[in-house]
Amino acid sequence: MSVRVCTLDDLLHAPLEADSDLTTQEYLVNMGPQHPIAHGSLRIVLRLDGETVKHVLPVPGYVHRGVEKMCEHLTYRQIIPYTDRLDYLSAIMNNWAVARTVEAAAGIETNERIEYIRTIMSELQRLQSHALWWGVTGMDLGAYTAFLYGFREREIIGEIFEETIGARLTMNYIQPGGLMYDIRPDFVAKVKRLIPYLRGCIEQYETLLTGNAIFQERLRNIGILDGAKALALGCTGPVLRASGVPYDLRAIEGYGMYGKVNFNVVVGSVGDCWDRYYVRLEEMRESLRIIEQLIDSIPEGAFSTLHYNADVILPEGTHYGQIETARGVFGVLIVSDGKSGIPYRLHFRSPNFNNLWVVTAIAPGWRIADFISIQSSLDLVVPDIDR
Amino acid sequence: MTHPMLAIPAALPAGSPWGAQTLAERASASQNLWVTAGYFLLAIVGVTVLLTLLGMVLIYVERKVAAHFQCRIGPKRVGPFGIFQTIADTLKLLFKEDFVPPQADQVLHILAPFLALLVPVVLLALIPYSPMTQIADLNIGILFVTAIGGFGVMGILIAGWSSNNKWSMIGAMRAGAQIISYEISATLALLVIVLFSGTMSLSGIVHSQSEGWWVWRGHAAGFTAFIIYLIASTAELNRTPFDIPEGESELTAGFHTEYSGLRFAFFFLAEFINMFTVSALTATLFLGGWMPFHVGDWAVLNGAMDAIPPGVWFLGKTSAVIFLIMWIRWTFPRLRVDQLMHLEWKVLLPIGIANLLIAAVLVLTNFYPFPH
Repeated sequence: MSVRVCTLDDLLHAPLEADSDLTTQEYLVNMGPQHPIAHGSLRIVLRLDGETVKHVLPVPGYVHRGVEKMCEHLTYRQIIPYTDRLDYLSAIMNNWAVARTVEAAAGIETNERIEYIRTIMSELQRLQSHALWWGVTGMDLGAYTAFLYGFREREIIGEIFEETIGARLTMNYIQPGGLMYDIRPDFVAKVKRLIPYLRGCIEQYETLLTGNAIFQERLRNIGILDGAKALALGCTGPVLRASGVPYDLRAIEGYGMYGKVNFNVVVGSVGDCWDRYYVRLEEMRESLRIIEQLIDSIPEGAFSTLHYNADVILPEGTHYGQIETARGVFGVLIVSDGKSGIPYRLHFRSPNFNNLWVVTAIAPGWRIADFISIQSSLDLVVPDIDR
Repeated sequence: MTHPMLAIPAALPAGSPWGAQTLAERASASQNLWVTAGYFLLAIVGVTVLLTLLGMVLIYVERKVAAHFQCRIGPKRVGPFGIFQTIADTLKLLFKEDFVPPQADQVLHILAPFLALLVPVVLLALIPYSPMTQIADLNIGILFVTAIGGFGVMGILIAGWSSNNKWSMIGAMRAGAQIISYEISATLALLVIVLFSGTMSLSGIVHSQSEGWWVWRGHAAGFTAFIIYLIASTAELNRTPFDIPEGESELTAGFHTEYSGLRFAFFFLAEFINMFTVSALTATLFLGGWMPFHVGDWAVLNGAMDAIPPGVWFLGKTSAVIFLIMWIRWTFPRLRVDQLMHLEWKVLLPIGIANLLIAAVLVLTNFYPFPH
């Protein structure tokens, strides 16, 4: 199955006549780079016939900072903070992707305590990310109150992070060979208190938005993405799983402690915006289950097996490692010359970049308001697209 | 037996201005030109003061209500409980650059906010706040309200058109389609009340509810009309779930994208005053306006209810409706434009027409003891 992505040229030179008996003209609008739906700085050129979307073309690059090029001058430990600033809602998981790649390539061993804490922290981050996404989806569809409810939970989880890590957003926590800091003594008690609270919050989400007739009308059967097309576009994460493809690296590769806990890979059946919405809500429940299974049995041990000043030199060759973040597969490709402690070439495979191009395949034919639903259901973080 | 103050007035006693109900009647009853001019001045000052006061209070209330729905506190820094927040906001808007986009239609762009504000200001003059407080009571009151209310879309259309911005244009077109469509349902709901009360004068409608408010005295027909009017008028207000002409996340700010400073404030104020007039009209038509709550011949209860001044009754009912509209706004997501049209043309309109027919049958068969 192939997917054709239109170019800016196609948009500009398409015929201006609309397919209707009335003589109306199609027109172009720039949705972004400064637009509420851009969630940052993302430019999307739309070709519209009245309210109907005819063509969509995302034009990313407004927050391109050359992160990958910068990383070619940094040691592997120094790369970690830069990954925080890609998909900032999955900062810890991005850190883990680099750490996992480096550990596998350099043969660095970690202990079970480290893997426990990494898994728990990643799941907390996934909960935080999905809670924020839920709020933002509400706001995009006009229910502004949901936005602040989503932020409320995000802040509560942020406080737990802050206590251990000292930061709430760009956490720089998981390092090659271990963690930056050990958890605080009351971390376990706090997380255990958090689990029933978040369960209640998810129920609250269901009553505030899920059950609302208008909300369902806005999402059901809108922007249907079938599994084959999703795979052809390279989608990952909840977007792919909502289309019915049970692809979750946590279950497939079983890295960290994921191989030893019970959790379901949530998949959708239709692949519409509603499935993408509900898959994430269910994933929040699964994340809580994972944390619940791990939190009581964190073993004793060192929080890092590698001195923070130790040189890490990867063997010559190409090394690839990947992690399931809140938005999909985040991959790290490192080319090492085998001599220096910095990568010769580095590339991040970011989930949002691939998920972004879904709009070109599924948005045409829908209204402007549906385009908002589709865009919102993809849960894009723009710095991760532009890098 | 109704309270003497609330009884429908007979013909005006000649030469006695205090027997009159409204400022307009008092002005025309007076023989002295200066007194007449004084009443006109009073009307103008009254509406202006009310406009300013309502803007201040409603914006503050909206912020507080929204905050409490969203687990926040809301404004609390400017003055005690943040009551001067609106004044601070107004000052900020006053000091902003008065910017008209170079490509915009200069005249229309400047004219639009005034047109948008004109409608609610005119409607403020018609509302019976209490038996003694009303500026003018037209015998075609409801017709006038509907006509003037329909004019409100002009300001929005002109704003969207003159801004020369695609988002503004989409917003204006949406507003045009939406407001004109929902006006039909709103008018059908109003006609039910006209049928019940047998008058178009707003004051007359309030008097007709002395034995019970139309929302339940009209039984199913009255209640259905109330619900339809509430939905349709929320749509005319462009408030969530019908805020698609603004559609913050879709059209940035819709028809007022290109407006800033005081011109934006005018649209903002117009929205809030509109909310008040709609709530006041809902209270007047369906909830008895300033008429106290009466139950049959329970003299004690009725007497106690009469002890509360009519102005307080009016304010209480209007506030309740305002709170309802705010509640809806801070809970619901936004409809899509075609779903909006579907709701109006395929759901509300058939129900509205059927409801009007039922009401007509009820009135014709004298199924209920209507006062005629």
